[in-house]
Amino acid sequence: MKNLTFWSLTALFVVIVFAASRLVTNDYFFFAGYVVLQYIVLATAWNVLGGYTGYINFGTSGFFAIGAYSSVVLHKLWGPPIPVLILIGGVLAGAVGLGMGGLTLRLKGVYFAIGTLALAVVAQTLVTNWDFVGGSRGVYIIRPGSVPLLGSYIHYLFLIMLILAGIAVAIARTIEHSTLGFGLAAIRDDEQAAEAAGVPTLKLKLISTTLSGALMGMAGAPLPYYVTYLDPASGFNLTYAVNAIAMPLIGGTTSWLGPVLGAIFLGTIQQAATVTISSSLNLLFVGVLLVLFVVIAPNGLIGLYKPRRRVGAAT
Amino acid sequence: MYTDLFLNAIASGILLGGFYAAVTVGLGIAFGMLDVGNLAHPAFVILGSFCVYILNQRFGVDPILAALIMTPFFFVLGAAIYQVYYLCFERRGEEGLRGLAFFFGILFITEVALILGFGVDYRFVEAPYIGPTLHIGSVDLALRTLVPFLISLVMIGGLHLFLSKTYIGRAILAVSQDSLALRLMSIRPYRVKLIAFAISIATASLAGAFLIIIQPVEPSIGRDYIGRIFAIVVLGGLGSFPGMILAAFLLGVAENLTATFYGPSWSPAVAFGLLLLTLAFRPAGILGRRA
Amino acid sequence: MTDALLTVAGLGKRFGGFVALDGIDFHVQPGERVGLIGPNGSGKSTLVNCISGNLRNETGTVHFNGGPLDGLPAYQRTRLGLARSFQLPKPFRSLSVAENLCIPLHYAVNARHGVHLSAAQIDERCEELLRMVALDGKAKARPRDLTQIEMRKLELARAMAAAPKLLIADEAMAGLSHSEVDDIITLLLKLNESGIAVILIEHIMRAVMSFSQRLVVLVAGRKIADGMPQDVVQTPEVLRAYLGE
Repeated sequence: MKNLTFWSLTALFVVIVFAASRLVTNDYFFFAGYVVLQYIVLATAWNVLGGYTGYINFGTSGFFAIGAYSSVVLHKLWGPPIPVLILIGGVLAGAVGLGMGGLTLRLKGVYFAIGTLALAVVAQTLVTNWDFVGGSRGVYIIRPGSVPLLGSYIHYLFLIMLILAGIAVAIARTIEHSTLGFGLAAIRDDEQAAEAAGVPTLKLKLISTTLSGALMGMAGAPLPYYVTYLDPASGFNLTYAVNAIAMPLIGGTTSWLGPVLGAIFLGTIQQAATVTISSSLNLLFVGVLLVLFVVIAPNGLIGLYKPRRRVGAAT
Repeated sequence: MYTDLFLNAIASGILLGGFYAAVTVGLGIAFGMLDVGNLAHPAFVILGSFCVYILNQRFGVDPILAALIMTPFFFVLGAAIYQVYYLCFERRGEEGLRGLAFFFGILFITEVALILGFGVDYRFVEAPYIGPTLHIGSVDLALRTLVPFLISLVMIGGLHLFLSKTYIGRAILAVSQDSLALRLMSIRPYRVKLIAFAISIATASLAGAFLIIIQPVEPSIGRDYIGRIFAIVVLGGLGSFPGMILAAFLLGVAENLTATFYGPSWSPAVAFGLLLLTLAFRPAGILGRRA
Repeated sequence: MTDALLTVAGLGKRFGGFVALDGIDFHVQPGERVGLIGPNGSGKSTLVNCISGNLRNETGTVHFNGGPLDGLPAYQRTRLGLARSFQLPKPFRSLSVAENLCIPLHYAVNARHGVHLSAAQIDERCEELLRMVALDGKAKARPRDLTQIEMRKLELARAMAAAPKLLIADEAMAGLSHSEVDDIITLLLKLNESGIAVILIEHIMRAVMSFSQRLVVLVAGRKIADGMPQDVVQTPEVLRAYLGE
């Protein structure tokens, strides 16, 4: 399937889902749906670096929160519309990804992973000590009441996240079938051999890190409007980091479909669980699933169905 | 007054560093020597703290003694975990990504299991050396940090002797450098690594005791330590015991100085900031071999 | 010596206190076939890694095709025309055999100045290479489905795909049968015929002797002999190194 076809199909899918959602009267669907869509973006973003390139990121919450908190700052200073916030959040998070990559990507993958963890904590500490964004007490964001044409604001947020999810998935798929995707796969399989074969490994890794970070920041940008109260503990919540890893690993890391499946699967279960059982049990559940899948089904749900791994044909 | 504050910050920083060294030494063995990125190590330390808590509060056992009693159990636990890790990851050659994710998952499972078992309240232990303070000139040394510091030095010293003098210890040092050569000497690297990893988890028992002596413990504290211990291991240089101890002291002092003069809310950034800087500029660490 | 394809001068490399390479000087002419031998641990692989850019040498220089290589990352050296295969084959396991060859075609060949291969041309070259190593039947197979010799051929084919001027074959024949070794030699000779210089690192003496125009001997990080194969194997230092005092 050509890339153009895929983008068109994705756009069509977005339109269909949105149209169908107009029939739903219960607002709770939109709140829960927003979270699942947000995880599709996060899981897809994580997978570009983790599944395609082989570099694991433990600091998803850091990049995500950079997007969220940049929105807070901009909201207080200027109040631009959400698409602008998403763009800026993406640029900032991407820049941080680039910087961090520059610092740690020359070393073995494990050091990069630890570096991402460090980044998340440093970012959280900085935000906690920054009174302008509320520090540890947090900040309140007033959500507009309604939006013309769409009705309640949560419908608008849902649509935004739906579009973002479509874009993220289409980008992932485009990479997968491109020369860049080949290069990333080579790096993942054997970085030394990739270098010897002419692949500029550092440059490609930086591209991957920047893109991954940018998408995570974009996913975080609308968050303040969704939660209306944001504090570092929730913005940097470890659940984002765990889910961003668990969803692609459970869904399957070698294709764009894996993170989507994982996000829908885990996301919906968690949304149901948080209502019925405690959030700690939620985390336990994800942890157990993660370990089980990593041990038993290394290729995720996709791998269970389709044992052969494919990276896609040459363009 | 300023100098007093400064001296005290350094003194307690050093004591803290001794404690950090005890928490890190397990990871120093697992990651520094065996290349096993055991992210879950702090969780085992917390587990140790809670085991000590139970023995202390229910049976009145001295915390250090309790930890020593628990050490064999932690050794067995470590061996079991390494078995799983080896079978699922190392043997398949997939240590990288999935191995780390595995330990990440274990970290969570342990933390949440403790929350489910004990709740989120802070727990503490009682012992005669928790409370009194030693005064040397203008420097105050709280016994509850001094005692762990001293025992930690003994523990690390003992481990160092074990590694350099005993047959198994030297096999562990050898496997960290060249497992092929080891195989040629007909020692199975798997056996050696198993013992080494078991030892690394066994240290968590005593480290856990130190932790709960020094401060009250609740299940999610482990996360604060992930960065600290990795920072220490990387800063000190992989595979170098002296480097690790030096780095632990440095971190303890740096954190304490930051907390004293800038406030405790900045402390978490010290460890991680130091880690990022080390990775960026001197990844081999102070005394380590090439990263 | 100034128009040599590859010039290595005073190359030195240590690992901590251990001196792996101690001031190595040697050169390779365009289109030449050089054999590199030496006991285990003599530094052959370290030398290859320093030349290819996988390791950084502390002292000495490497010149290739008229320009210095020092400081250049490995991928740029490959793009300049210096390819190497690995002692233990390192295929890209999640890619098919054909896709393995496409990587250097895209990233080494197609990235050179003035080279613009279309997708169809890349596929064509890929098929050519597969035929050259008799792997065209396995284009869509995964590396894990290949036999030992097929893996080694893939390893060499991947280095060849980068269209190099110099190919370093690092112990490409270890563990192969007599006829399989002959296959590889034939392959390397055919490659050499098209003008590609080859450095052959091997322990299998008959392969090295029949293939090389010149033989270089490395012992404990030092070059102890460099000349015609028949002469080199007679020199006392070499005999001492291999047979003892």
